Amino acid sequence: MFESLSDKLQRVFKNLRGEGKLTPENMEAALKEIRIALLEADVHFRVVKQLIEAVKLKAMGQEVMQALSPGQQVVKIVHEELVKILGQHQAKLRFANEPPSVIMMVGLQGSGKTTSTAKLAKWLVKQGRTPILVSVDIYRPAAREQLAVLAREIKIPIWIGEPGENRPSELVKGAKIEASRAGRDTILVDTAGRLHIDEELMVELDGLKAQLNPTEILFVADAMTGQDAVKSAEQFHQRLGITGVVLTKMDGDARGGAALSIRTVTGQPLKFVGLGEKPDAFEPFHPDRAAQRILGMGDVMSLIEKVSEAVDQKQAEKMQQKLLDDEFTLEDFRDQLKQIRKLGPLENLLKMMPGMANMPKEMKNAKVDEKELTRIVAIIDSMTQGERNNPLLLNGGRRKRIAVGSGTTVQDVNNLVKQYQEMRKMMKKLTGGLAGGMLGKRMAKMKLPFPTSFPGFGR
Amino acid sequence: MSSLLDRLKAGIAKTRAGLVDKIEDTLKGRKEIDSDLLDELEYALITADVGVRTVTEILEDVRQRVDRKLIGDATEIKALIRRHLVDVLEATERPIVKPAAPPRVVLIVGVNGAGKTTTIGKLAARLKADGQSVLLCAADTFRAAAIEQLEVWGQRNQIDVIRQQQGSDPSAVVFDALQAAKARAVDVVIVDTAGRLHTKENLMAELEKMRRTTQRVIPDAPHEVLLVMDGTTGQNGLEQARKFTESTGVTGIVLTKLDGTAKGGVVVAIARELNLPIRYIGVGEQIDDLLPFDAEKFVASLFEN
Ligand SMILES: Nc1nc2c(ncn2[C@@H]2O[C@H](COP(=O)(O)OP(=O)(O)OP(=O)(O)O)[C@@H](O)[C@H]2O)c(=O)[nH]1
Ligand SMILES: [Mg+2]
Repeated sequence: MFESLSDKLQRVFKNLRGEGKLTPENMEAALKEIRIALLEADVHFRVVKQLIEAVKLKAMGQEVMQALSPGQQVVKIVHEELVKILGQHQAKLRFANEPPSVIMMVGLQGSGKTTSTAKLAKWLVKQGRTPILVSVDIYRPAAREQLAVLAREIKIPIWIGEPGENRPSELVKGAKIEASRAGRDTILVDTAGRLHIDEELMVELDGLKAQLNPTEILFVADAMTGQDAVKSAEQFHQRLGITGVVLTKMDGDARGGAALSIRTVTGQPLKFVGLGEKPDAFEPFHPDRAAQRILGMGDVMSLIEKVSEAVDQKQAEKMQQKLLDDEFTLEDFRDQLKQIRKLGPLENLLKMMPGMANMPKEMKNAKVDEKELTRIVAIIDSMTQGERNNPLLLNGGRRKRIAVGSGTTVQDVNNLVKQYQEMRKMMKKLTGGLAGGMLGKRMAKMKLPFPTSFPGFGR
Repeated sequence: MSSLLDRLKAGIAKTRAGLVDKIEDTLKGRKEIDSDLLDELEYALITADVGVRTVTEILEDVRQRVDRKLIGDATEIKALIRRHLVDVLEATERPIVKPAAPPRVVLIVGVNGAGKTTTIGKLAARLKADGQSVLLCAADTFRAAAIEQLEVWGQRNQIDVIRQQQGSDPSAVVFDALQAAKARAVDVVIVDTAGRLHTKENLMAELEKMRRTTQRVIPDAPHEVLLVMDGTTGQNGLEQARKFTESTGVTGIVLTKLDGTAKGGVVVAIARELNLPIRYIGVGEQIDDLLPFDAEKFVASLFEN
């Protein structure tokens, strides 16, 4: 398994604890790791170089914040820089004053244009618009048929042209007429995939652009694209003046560094991401998430998603607050455990946690024992309400009673109480100390139902 | 017909133009080996998607030899890198598995949009030209109009396509196709599968099931499982290859879209780590735009003038 970047940096900076300032010397190792991480995420070589320089400048001489280790601080700076480049705000789509507006979808072969066209149409409907589709992909076998099938599936009109018509210019002309006839306010044009060096086909796009005067030309790019992303994006932009980017196949495990490259070379905003094959697996681009993912912290997001699926949000917020207010009782602990178990194998979840690098080694490497979880729940169940709210009440006699009631030993009860107390201590550190930095902020946003979840770790 | 080597050379002209010219540019006029030179080499290889780890290891090797004064000048660095790449790619070469009895079953897998269906169209043409009878199996029952797309390729090649309705069980189509192939004594069956991301466990399980289905009809099938990979793929390619190999026993790679500016350097890492041979390269959308991959010739043409 790959060591996460934050783990690596933690290692790099182990020796630097106590150093007050970030200096070129103590940052070098960290920047080297970050460089590798960015390159492995497929960010273009030159873009990485620029970024590292920017980070160096920004970080140099900064005081290391009390709450952060130098490693965390560098990650924080890089993350901020990435978010800045990727765009602080979500880019909006532009529409014409006089309908219909035209949106052209362009890109390389196999990048996901047709699927994205259908997804965007569906998304536009949700925004109250009335799109109509047209495919001018006269080259790939059954490409027009593909869009027609999708249109039927999502119940959005499509202009398929007069029988036998296979000239792009005629197809879009027909779509325009049909749009005004049927009162559709947005025409989505799916174009054939092409190579940026295919002069003939690029000329075809020039022509379509001139004919359609689109308000948006969206460059559809595969998140798995490597270093070549800069070339294709640059060429498409130079030729056509793209107005935005759709990053597809983000439901996979590609780190998506191409986003950064494309954004850098075109200056155009990322607008949407594709997250699956279904027509509604499509959302506006989030710079923050993309930045985390590029840095190899993307699994945090999948954790959040998993958690939010399984967890009652209100409940989770309440817990969060309790944690912050230091009112987290054993009863809450038990409820958390029950929810956590709904999430599946604990070890997997723990691996996803960003803070794991800071955990004591025993905790990080501890095998999570599901039986132990059951035991903990049983022990807490055997306590009285008062004991759960105030574990200080738990004297020897009470502990013995609880052990008998839960079919465990006094040793088990002792362990649990110790763990609970350690967890609260850790939590205080996380929400207070560390929370000053990125991790804390993210955790607050995440509305985690559990602190950093090390229930059931024992031994 | 032009010689194989010529075709290969023409096909990968772009690849050449990228990787090799970059290295050659770098080396041109340089006598002294300094760290700038190594930096430029690193740039060339990394921007060809070879991957930072692989590149670092290659360059480390070079650096050591430079330190030990085993390399006199820049030309030798070039030779060293070339030899290294040939070694890595050649080590994966292995003979094509012959079936105990026909048909030979070829399963085509890969992520969405990699070029699977197009590759099948081209591969069928090659096999037919080679005198083999071919049957296509439309087991992408998921993507809209995928079956129609394969049928167009069937028509172009004048070969039959076994199909069912969109949405039907892909394994059932595989079963039908193999039965038909046996009955008709066809030489090769090529199975088109729906594109899927290697991270989707349920979809990977579906592929496994298709693989098992082939075995049920023909015990030593599938004889070949080709992972089709887009030449523009970056470092994620390694994970793709790893996961598809785990669940479907990939036996080789087809690298597509090398007619663009992408280099497909990630196959070097794949060869090193997974020992998977690259069988073919795709160099365009026309029916004859598929070329056999040969490590020696590939790297040789990369470095030829
Ligand atoms: N330039 C170029 N385009 C290619 C090549 N191979 C495939 N394509 C194009 O890439 C696009 C996707 O190819 P498909 O064969 O449909 O890919 P697929 O893997 O079957 O796609 P799905 O079934 O949708 O997952 C099509 O437009 C093809 O024409 C190639 O070698 N060069
Ligand atoms: Mg296909």
